Amino acid sequence: MITCADAVERLWVYLDGALTANDKAALEEHLGFCRVCCGEAEFAQELRGFLVRSAREELPEDVRARLIASLDELEAS
Amino acid sequence: MEAQLPRLYTIARRLVGDEAEDAVQDALLKAYRGFERLERASAGPAWLTAIVVNVCRDRGRARARAPAEVSIDVVGEFSLYRKIADEDPFPYSDSLHLDFLDQFGADDVRAVLERLPDRYRVPLVLVYVDGFATKEVARLLGTPLGTVLAQLHRGRKLFERELWNYAGEKGLLEGAS
Repeated sequence: MITCADAVERLWVYLDGALTANDKAALEEHLGFCRVCCGEAEFAQELRGFLVRSAREELPEDVRARLIASLDELEAS
Repeated sequence: MEAQLPRLYTIARRLVGDEAEDAVQDALLKAYRGFERLERASAGPAWLTAIVVNVCRDRGRARARAPAEVSIDVVGEFSLYRKIADEDPFPYSDSLHLDFLDQFGADDVRAVLERLPDRYRVPLVLVYVDGFATKEVARLLGTPLGTVLAQLHRGRKLFERELWNYAGEKGLLEGAS
């Protein structure tokens, strides 16, 4: 039986699919009866998606043009 | 190589911010100079990524911009989920936690990430934003896998804590109720 602190510490690794079979089983058993940790798990999943969506960067056209010009110069040299 | 530019720029942008273009320029030059050392074309994207990461880390060191170390005891106990529930910044909300995240624009998230020391931000970004496996990150950074896993754990906690601190400092929760 694991504690809430243990469960929370393992949540992201669980969501990464990187827990060992034993740790995964222990966490899922805990999530089966602990509503707070279930909420933590759902929020951790949201937070992962939020990080991916929000941190995406676009390559601005002017930067792309300058980098391609550099590539062309390197190829020509 | 041209096809890799958006990905390389994305990584550099999050590692060194406004210096991203210069970092990619440096990395392209290094890549051309070392091209004959690349044994398999299929390894090209990972090889280019490693060059960009190293260039960015060198720039990070040169700028000596890493914030002070944070105690694992302090950050290890922090739970953004519980903090939001305890502080209840949106008393009339039935989706309190999602409403909290909705206050952040892309620039805010970038600013929060930039508050994290490089040693935590770099693995966090490479794994959760760019989709690298932890083993690949360990190889790219020349760091033992166990260290990368520990950095990820602390980086996730720091990210959560800094989201909360940033929201308070920037007034993102003011008038929420």
